[in-house]
Amino acid sequence: MSKIEMKGLSVYYGNGTVHALKDVNMKIEANKITALIGPSGCGKTTFLRALNRMNELIRVRTEGEVLIDGIDIYSKKVDVIQLRKKVGMVFQQPNPFPMSIYDNVAYGPRIHGVRNRELDGIVEESLKKAALWDEVKDRLEENAFGFSGGQQQRLCIARALAVNPEIILFDEPCSSLDPISTARIEELLSKLKREYTIVIVTHNMQQAARISDFTAFFLMGELIECGKTPQIFERPRDKRTEDYITGRFG
Amino acid sequence: MEVGRAEKIIEKVFFISALSSILIVFFIIAFILKESIPALALGWNFFLGMRWYPPHSQFGIFPIVVSTFVVGIGALAIAASIGIPASIYLAEFSPGWLRNIIKPCVEMLVGIPSIVLGFFGLMVLVVFIRNSFGGYGECILAGWMILAIMTLPHVVSISEDSIRAVPKGYKEASLALGATHLQTTIRVILPNARSGILASLILGMGNAIGETMAVLMVIGNPNIPWIPSSVLEPVRVLTSTIVIEIGYAVWGSMHQHALFALGVVLFIIVAILNVITTAVIRKGVAGIG
Amino acid sequence: MNIKEKIVKGGLFVSALISVVVLLIVIGYIVVNGIGVISLDFLLKSPYRFEYGGVFPQIIGSLFLVALCLLFAVPLGVASAIYLAEYAPDNVITSCIRLFVECLAGIPSIVIGLFGLVFLVYYLGFGVSMLSGGLALGFMILPWTVRASEEAIKAVPRSYREASLALGASKWQTIRSVVLKSAYPGIITGILLGIGKAIGETAVVLLTAGSGLESFLPRSILDPVASLPVYVYMLATQGQTSAAYSRAFGASILLITMFLVMSISALFLRNRYIKRMSGGRW
Repeated sequence: MSKIEMKGLSVYYGNGTVHALKDVNMKIEANKITALIGPSGCGKTTFLRALNRMNELIRVRTEGEVLIDGIDIYSKKVDVIQLRKKVGMVFQQPNPFPMSIYDNVAYGPRIHGVRNRELDGIVEESLKKAALWDEVKDRLEENAFGFSGGQQQRLCIARALAVNPEIILFDEPCSSLDPISTARIEELLSKLKREYTIVIVTHNMQQAARISDFTAFFLMGELIECGKTPQIFERPRDKRTEDYITGRFG
Repeated sequence: MEVGRAEKIIEKVFFISALSSILIVFFIIAFILKESIPALALGWNFFLGMRWYPPHSQFGIFPIVVSTFVVGIGALAIAASIGIPASIYLAEFSPGWLRNIIKPCVEMLVGIPSIVLGFFGLMVLVVFIRNSFGGYGECILAGWMILAIMTLPHVVSISEDSIRAVPKGYKEASLALGATHLQTTIRVILPNARSGILASLILGMGNAIGETMAVLMVIGNPNIPWIPSSVLEPVRVLTSTIVIEIGYAVWGSMHQHALFALGVVLFIIVAILNVITTAVIRKGVAGIG
Repeated sequence: MNIKEKIVKGGLFVSALISVVVLLIVIGYIVVNGIGVISLDFLLKSPYRFEYGGVFPQIIGSLFLVALCLLFAVPLGVASAIYLAEYAPDNVITSCIRLFVECLAGIPSIVIGLFGLVFLVYYLGFGVSMLSGGLALGFMILPWTVRASEEAIKAVPRSYREASLALGASKWQTIRSVVLKSAYPGIITGILLGIGKAIGETAVVLLTAGSGLESFLPRSILDPVASLPVYVYMLATQGQTSAAYSRAFGASILLITMFLVMSISALFLRNRYIKRMSGGRW
């Protein structure tokens, strides 16, 4: 059963002058990693941000439906706060708050009303899941800015995990990291998919091929092709997908 | 949806707070205007009247207004002739370490409370003028000097900012043509920074005209003001007249209304100067863009 | 380089130096003439006529006035800034608010003093009192608080807000726990500069708060209150004796010191803040 389903999703920017996503129909499977690829400006980040309504922070118009567990998240009944709790997000560049490691992870649970005595457990568990615990367990009170970029990014993952989401969106999470940190994040993603549904935007096709189960290729706001990753990379159905994957443009 | 409602209420609270500035300005205008209407109703006798002598119910403010502009413009001329070269030096020629000394000093100059600067002026400048040129010493010249000190920092910092805002490409293009640094500064950089420099001068003028305590203490404030014919004569300006007489004006009398009307005139002059400044800055920005 | 260029550059240099020289002369002259009266008695006793006693009620009065002024201007200013930086839609009302904040900042202090006199002292019946003085000072520094706070809030990286919102935090939770937490050093810097402005202000206080020579402490906020700037004004214009003048110089030293403490703390905070913010870059 698919976790997320898009029906005729369109997104417009700038008073409707920019048509950033055009009539996208797509399904995303639970407990799998789905990679979104395509040249920059193709709409993949807009697509990702449509899944937790982060597009609403700027002026956009969204049409169509996005069903998560069968419920349209753009319907009036859906509380955007509950939605974002359920759909976590990790950004392109690590963006820890200027607080301690502990407070960063505890931030989400706190705003959702978790009591103080339960926090220690949540923080530890989240940091463990994000494979950061061993490195920071003695430095929980230190400011997050004192850590490396890779550690900061895993901290941001732990912060997202701490609110107990079901889906996690990754927007090019490795683009500012060194190769070793990247490898650790990739390894982490493969572990996380046992519990979470993961959607990741990546500009690196090797990365998409390595870690994802499904791949979707976007071009100029259109979903060109979507399927199992080996199929997309070895036997693409569309000429444009093939051109992109073989590096003829992009 | 409880959270949503709380959020809406919080936003309303902030919105209402933000409206407070509008409210305060409206109240200021309304109350000052209301208090001054009887005096403003005197019409030309008020605006163009040559004699201000409250005991005889004479409330002509023309000499006071003229003196205000004389003091303001003179102070600005001094501040400009020191401040503009200083800003050119700071923006273009000064080594970094020297700028790090001069700049904080300029900023500190803004911070000396005007009453303290006025007291300094009274004890030092006035005495100096009295001893060198004769007369009382409390005069236009002393007012110019004190106000120039107060205006200087504004002129320097805004001019410097606008000189620094000139695109580097202009400068490099000129230097690449074999112009010296000084030639480049005078022929390329200054013309492009002129709207910012002009804005700093107009703003400085507004500050000088609105300034109260410092100028009050050094200009003498004769009982019956007249239009001055020499820089060594004492004068009265709008602000000093208000402060000196407000304590003696019977509440509800024409004298009190006239003093509030001086406040209205001052408000309007400063507002016009501020509007011109904004327009000059806008035009400058449009010119660069 | 030819001689002419050298001369011009020399001239520019001298102009730049004038500010420094003036500052040194003013401060030097005041310190030299006032340092003699500064003593524990001067700080802790009440004034008696122009030539005797200390300035204790004046110091306390100035501090009270500034505290009242902050009590009014800071919550209102920070709330306005939050609205302008975080909520305000791009419409006529918002540009109107901005216009009036600028307008309020441009109003000469003496006009605000007149307004305080007619509105607070007479119309609302607060009388010449600490309350009137504090509120009038509050009107004066409100726009500076708004500006400084708005700048500080806008300097908080957008990524902090996004991260918080993406965790399901509401807008207000995000502002309270992330934005204000990051912006507060900037806001405090603005407030310190505002204090520096308010503490030296004379015209407003003279018209609304009291004569400056009071030798008692106010018992309630509706009592008149003494203050350092008005004390300097009284002694400088009415004193006429060298003992009175040196007291005015002594009080001037205190005023300048208070201002310096404020600006140096502001500078210190600003530097720490810049460091912290740039620590957040990657």
